[in-house]
Amino acid sequence: MSIAIKSSGSAPTVSSLRLLATLGGAGALAGFLIVSAYTATLPGIEANRAATLDLAIREVLPRVERYDTLYLQAGVLSTEAPQADPAHKPETLYAGFDANGALVGFAAAVHEPGFQEPIEILFGFDPRTKASLGLAILMSRETPGLGDKIQDERWRQQFGGRMLPLTGIKTGGAETDATIHMVTGATISSRAVIGAVNKGVERWMPHVTRYLQGGRS
Amino acid sequence: MVVKDRGAGPKTSGEVLLRGVWRENPVLMQTLGLCSALAVTNAVENSLAMGLATTGVLLGSSLIVSTFRRWIPSQVRISTYILIIATFVTVADMVLESLVPTIHKALGPYIALMVTNCIVLGRQEAFASRNPVGRSVLDALGSGAGFTLALLMMGIPREVLGNGTFMGVNVMGPRFEPWVVMILPPGGFLMIGVWLVLVSWREQRKATARARAQQSSAAAAAINREPREVMA
Repeated sequence: MSIAIKSSGSAPTVSSLRLLATLGGAGALAGFLIVSAYTATLPGIEANRAATLDLAIREVLPRVERYDTLYLQAGVLSTEAPQADPAHKPETLYAGFDANGALVGFAAAVHEPGFQEPIEILFGFDPRTKASLGLAILMSRETPGLGDKIQDERWRQQFGGRMLPLTGIKTGGAETDATIHMVTGATISSRAVIGAVNKGVERWMPHVTRYLQGGRS
Repeated sequence: MVVKDRGAGPKTSGEVLLRGVWRENPVLMQTLGLCSALAVTNAVENSLAMGLATTGVLLGSSLIVSTFRRWIPSQVRISTYILIIATFVTVADMVLESLVPTIHKALGPYIALMVTNCIVLGRQEAFASRNPVGRSVLDALGSGAGFTLALLMMGIPREVLGNGTFMGVNVMGPRFEPWVVMILPPGGFLMIGVWLVLVSWREQRKATARARAQQSSAAAAAINREPREVMA
């Protein structure tokens, strides 16, 4: 059985001013609720994001005690934070130091298209030895049971101490000091991660080399 | 606009609350909200979070729509409802990201897609816009509980069979080989198919039993009438 409800054809005539006032009032109420929720939840959201990033940096840079955020401005890396400009968020890199204050390496966030959506990773590397130090997955919506195995710790451990750039191999492939075994049944996801690391190295290595040689602002 | 009416409307507050849980369950009886029911039920935690978030959105939207129902002109009602629903979805998105960031990440775009969930708009159009606040809140709670129940009925078997775990805890033992298909998209279609068949079969059996009972009572009434007619 079906019932017809509220057909706008038979609705009584309403003045345009009232229609406008209804939509305006609903908009004002929506604005008030959203801004209130935003104000209330922002500290928690920012704290979560900072904690996730902090954990990832400590994961990809072994023995790291503290780290500095470096900002890329006009092609030069600097520890000085630029003036806040929401339209141009500067690219950032993290330089990690051990308990003695010695440089451990750098951590960079990169993303590449995965099987479903972009995979965002944070990887650590040492520009002096040209070796990768570790890998953390910041965001991934790969297929559960297949592509999401890129998040397994055992698979990610391969990225510690490999020479850059990396090459992905399937089971039985020739192994070198730059090879990573891809996840069986998730070649696209594995390739995306390996590609992201190589893309990050290509992007950051010249800047980091210049930074280490003293070309800082 | 035409909305499906499954028999007489509820009379008591208890009926308003309970009918959405099973008799008019949004997913299993009305096959609404299938997009999120198929997409997020590959883990119990995700199913529960999506169910509770949808309940929150239903509750907030029904409260506002019902409160202002006399002031919302029919010509702009759908735009107004969508605006109200989108507001509560945005609030739910922020609250989830703040309180349970891992689940928020796992649910991904499906939180925002709650705006287009026909269960939420359907309840505003069919119930909250024509009923007082108290009954509308009960209706929202009932529909939300029914939606959560349906998501859990899909999420529990999918995670247990597909991953060998329940809420992340291993329950199938080390020798169990997970049925990976259950946590992949085809597993969602398989599970909803199984539940829809079971629910339809049960409803059909109930209808047949009701019809038989009516026939026998009609026959008994006829037999009781006959001797009197003969005597007369």
